[in-house]
Amino acid sequence: MFKKILIANRGEIACRVMKTARKMGIKTVAVYSDADRDALHVKMADEAVYIGASPAAQSYIVIDKIMQAVHQTGAEAVHPGYGFLSENRNFAAALEAAGVVFIGPPSPAIEAMGDKITSKKIAQQANVSTVPGHMGLIADADEAAAISAQIGYPVMIKASAGGGGKGMRIAWNDAEAREGFQSSKNEAAASFGDDRIFIEKFVTQPRHIEIQVLADKHGNIVYLHERECSIQRRNQKVIEEAPSPFLDEATRRAMGEQACALARAVGYTSAGTVEFIVDGARNFYFLEMNTRLQVEHPVTELITGVDLVEQMIRVAYGAPLPFAQSDLKINGWAMESRLYAEDPYRNFLPSIGRLTRYRPPVEGATASGGIVRNDTGVFEGGEISMFYDPMIAKLCTWAPTRTQAITEMRIALDTFEVEGIGHNLPFVGAVMDHPRFQSGNITTAFIAEEYPDGFQGAHLPDDILRQIAASAAAMHRVAEIRRTKISGTLNNHTRRVGDDWVVSLQGQSFAVTVQADPEGSTIHFDKDTALRVTSDWTPGQPLARLSVNGSPVVIKTSKIPMGFRMRLRGADLKVHVQTPRQKQLSGLMLEKLPPDTSKFLLCPMPGLIAKIMVSEGDEVQEGQALATVEAMKMENILKAERRGVVKKITTSAGSSLKVDEVIMEFE
Amino acid sequence: MDILAELEVRRQTARLGGGQRRIDAQHSKGKLTARERIELLLDEGSFEEFDMFVAHRCTDFGMEAERPAGDGVVTGWGTVNGRMVYVYSQDFTVFGGSLSETHANKICKIMDMAMQNGAPVIGMNDSGGARIQEGVASLAGYAEVFQRNILASGVVPQISVIMGPCAGGAVYSPAMTDFIFMVKDSSYMFVTGPDVVKTVTNEIVTAEQLGGASTHTKKSSVADGAFENDVEALAEIRRLVDFLPLSNRDKAPVRPFFDDPARLESSLDTLIPANPNQPYDMKELIVKVADEGDFFEIQRDFAANVITGFVRIEGQTTGVVANQPMVLAGCLDIDASRKAARFVRFCDAFEIPILTLVDVPGFLPGVAQELGGIIKHGAKLLFAYGEATVPKVTVITRKAYGGAYDVMASKHLRGDFNYAWPTAEIAVMGAKGATEIIHRGKSPEDIARLTKEYENRFANPFVAAEKGFIDEVIMPHSTRRRVARAFASLRGKKLANPWKKHDNIPL
Repeated sequence: MFKKILIANRGEIACRVMKTARKMGIKTVAVYSDADRDALHVKMADEAVYIGASPAAQSYIVIDKIMQAVHQTGAEAVHPGYGFLSENRNFAAALEAAGVVFIGPPSPAIEAMGDKITSKKIAQQANVSTVPGHMGLIADADEAAAISAQIGYPVMIKASAGGGGKGMRIAWNDAEAREGFQSSKNEAAASFGDDRIFIEKFVTQPRHIEIQVLADKHGNIVYLHERECSIQRRNQKVIEEAPSPFLDEATRRAMGEQACALARAVGYTSAGTVEFIVDGARNFYFLEMNTRLQVEHPVTELITGVDLVEQMIRVAYGAPLPFAQSDLKINGWAMESRLYAEDPYRNFLPSIGRLTRYRPPVEGATASGGIVRNDTGVFEGGEISMFYDPMIAKLCTWAPTRTQAITEMRIALDTFEVEGIGHNLPFVGAVMDHPRFQSGNITTAFIAEEYPDGFQGAHLPDDILRQIAASAAAMHRVAEIRRTKISGTLNNHTRRVGDDWVVSLQGQSFAVTVQADPEGSTIHFDKDTALRVTSDWTPGQPLARLSVNGSPVVIKTSKIPMGFRMRLRGADLKVHVQTPRQKQLSGLMLEKLPPDTSKFLLCPMPGLIAKIMVSEGDEVQEGQALATVEAMKMENILKAERRGVVKKITTSAGSSLKVDEVIMEFE
Repeated sequence: MDILAELEVRRQTARLGGGQRRIDAQHSKGKLTARERIELLLDEGSFEEFDMFVAHRCTDFGMEAERPAGDGVVTGWGTVNGRMVYVYSQDFTVFGGSLSETHANKICKIMDMAMQNGAPVIGMNDSGGARIQEGVASLAGYAEVFQRNILASGVVPQISVIMGPCAGGAVYSPAMTDFIFMVKDSSYMFVTGPDVVKTVTNEIVTAEQLGGASTHTKKSSVADGAFENDVEALAEIRRLVDFLPLSNRDKAPVRPFFDDPARLESSLDTLIPANPNQPYDMKELIVKVADEGDFFEIQRDFAANVITGFVRIEGQTTGVVANQPMVLAGCLDIDASRKAARFVRFCDAFEIPILTLVDVPGFLPGVAQELGGIIKHGAKLLFAYGEATVPKVTVITRKAYGGAYDVMASKHLRGDFNYAWPTAEIAVMGAKGATEIIHRGKSPEDIARLTKEYENRFANPFVAAEKGFIDEVIMPHSTRRRVARAFASLRGKKLANPWKKHDNIPL
């Protein structure tokens, strides 16, 4: 086996590869840029080589620099991870030329699958199902209708030069095909000066399902079943699972066999992924092949028990696959949530900064019989920079069934503490609770359809609110009792903490009575309903683990006046726990509406105003740059959200602003 | 039997203050009544009232016809989490909460009791001002209160909560208390109101602009904090009281805590950015050192280049003063010096240990600062630290330059424990500035080289440590443990300043 390998990547995937290499007794070499001097992958590696400035174009994707690091350290092989140089045939070729093993497919396979048209042709030749369509020139509307009918409705009529939805029509019958052809043609001519049109099958209720393949250098090719990656936001995968809740055994086998056929056709070795689009009737069509380890590979590992990185390394070394297709069974269900440093409450704006708190859930077997795995590339106190992918961790859970895997994921997400940056944990938490997601009835349009106006936090149902209310009441009581234990109290006249509380959250109030005993407390709601809460929570603990009527509830908790900020299940709640009298008098307080900020440009992050590009009285257009804010050494350009006239500029270059401070006001 | 019936009737009447109609009017403004406020401030059922039946003695302008019981202020004592406090709460429903001679007498009575028995005074202000009908008797009443505020200062903590108007002479009683908190949108404080301002200076200004919570917390620094409404304000005052000693005869309070004093925070090892000019948030260090991350900040919205507030360490209240590199690079300026000085003096007066976290590049340079008197204002902080005899623990995280190094609870100002992180640079100034002065006239290349040399020699904690100015260089991750142990060792500290009538701090 190899003695030493270099990982030409960073972040979680570099750490992931190192973990397996270490397990196999192989020494590891990391490469790093300026921004990654203190990164986790550098700390984990046996050796680390500096390869240049922070932008990837000056470090991670410069072939010469990686080659130099390889020579310098004497690494025998290179694992490219994903992204960066992983699908760069020149890199694979350069390594081959230098006699260093590329832990991935041969460069011709990369090249063949790297081009959309070539790969589709090869797929067709290998009898892989592709999206039916007509690539040739279409003379007129009648021909368009004839071709459409032949493909089978619905069809999509597209401008060859198209993009951004322009010159695109969907037709469900001949008449629409004629009309769509004409209007697409006109629009294409006007927009692109190129009126060539092509027609292909329109895939309804599309799902993204992909097949993991693994091939050795001895002609053995197997598929490790599918992953469903339909939960995407603007083509960015967010949640993946294996197996797919949609495939039946026949479809799975057909897809797997076609994937293997394609791999065979291009002389593929190593791990690869064949992506398909699957419609509502389980027709599947080849999209593309990813000639590398896929981000979401852990879900496959969890259901098959195969360490894909280990197999990639073994295959690269020349070893045959240790299993045959018949050995590869699907065991249970796995979910993956990608943790992105993107703020869902600010339209998923990338968020950078210091991870003031980063506590992933404990990995391994859970009390409820599941498994938690977290592939991470960051650590508490580390810095999230703007230079690289905003994905900072992949949280996976496994359980015997899909429902259980979702439950495990929900608890794992609620347990995952990330502070200091905006991140999508609440959003993923909300999806886990979404009935449509739970039903498995998902398509690639799920997020666009279910969250058309973005994400404002989950709206929790009554039963969960009661669980939270019960937890908050029990916790508040514990905290209040502690307050009475302060020094200097008036002997014999100490405060007695009451049992009656009113808990208000998400616009609702619950009057409760706390009946405490040494083991926990019973929270009585009305005459008949009560919830039993037990917990070892003590005041100040940021993570409250409770059991409510026997089921686990995990809440991220911090103190606010008269209660807690509580985060769980995709919601971010202010939970007030008041005495009945406090609650009654709170009713007299005036509702204060948050100020209308639509007429203001607010500072989106704490920082220094580097430049203001407009003056008072200027008319600005949507998207026009208004000011730059320097935060964490980075310049952020703030743009106009709509047309308007600058009424007043309330700050000046050089001032340091807090988040949400006003920079300028519009008329 | 008649007496008992009358007592009941009189009590009922007194509790209604200015009557239901005025109570409704008070409520419609989102304000609670004087009694409701006391109810929320104190432990349930703990309030003991004084002088419920006191009525005014004015006989001018037909005042004798209306003599409501209590005379516009509710006074008494009760407990906050079992600890005694004295309270007064002005009743806006009775003559607009205006202050008469008897109204003042009631306040004075509880203040005298508070000083005698050693418990804080919390005043809830909601008053239109002097009772004009009483003329000079009302002014005398104010002065009686003022005199007691002055004598009580440093004896018992005094807290003012401004929950309505507070104008004219009335402002000077809260002004002399330790803390002023305001309620947003429903309170204001000024010496002369918008009408007078317009007449005299022709400036047009609203009451909110002139003396609202925003003005006083952000611009004038008159107020130490502001709250959303009455209910929240009173809940948070209870939280503050939990931090405060009952009097200067008492130690800072201790309560059970659920946080390991030896807790390590490895993330602090990366708190200081590689680039010395890059800011970081000092509040992260404060909350990671504090018990349970609980921090009660004082004057959050004013002079944010210095942070002041209370935390607990091993359950005991500790005052924190920290430079904030996020604002003005953490420089000390006039505002920051005044803010921190007043806080340090409060802590010292009430035996609250002080933790000082230092990252200060110096005093803020500038014409405005010099003309504004930074010399004397900066001296206030220096004086406050130097005279303080409470346990003082200092941690230098990064820069400690020049005179500002001396000021920030340095060893030379009787610092008990002066720790430095490995990233600390204790020097007369930044390397570049120092090199340019020492090697004036050298070429830019030489300066660059010499700057590097200077950095290597002086931009570290060791020069100061060699001289004993730094007791030890500690790892950031162990800061909580080291600080907790330092304070633990100082529990028996006894230190007294020379006898004097009082000092003459540069006011």
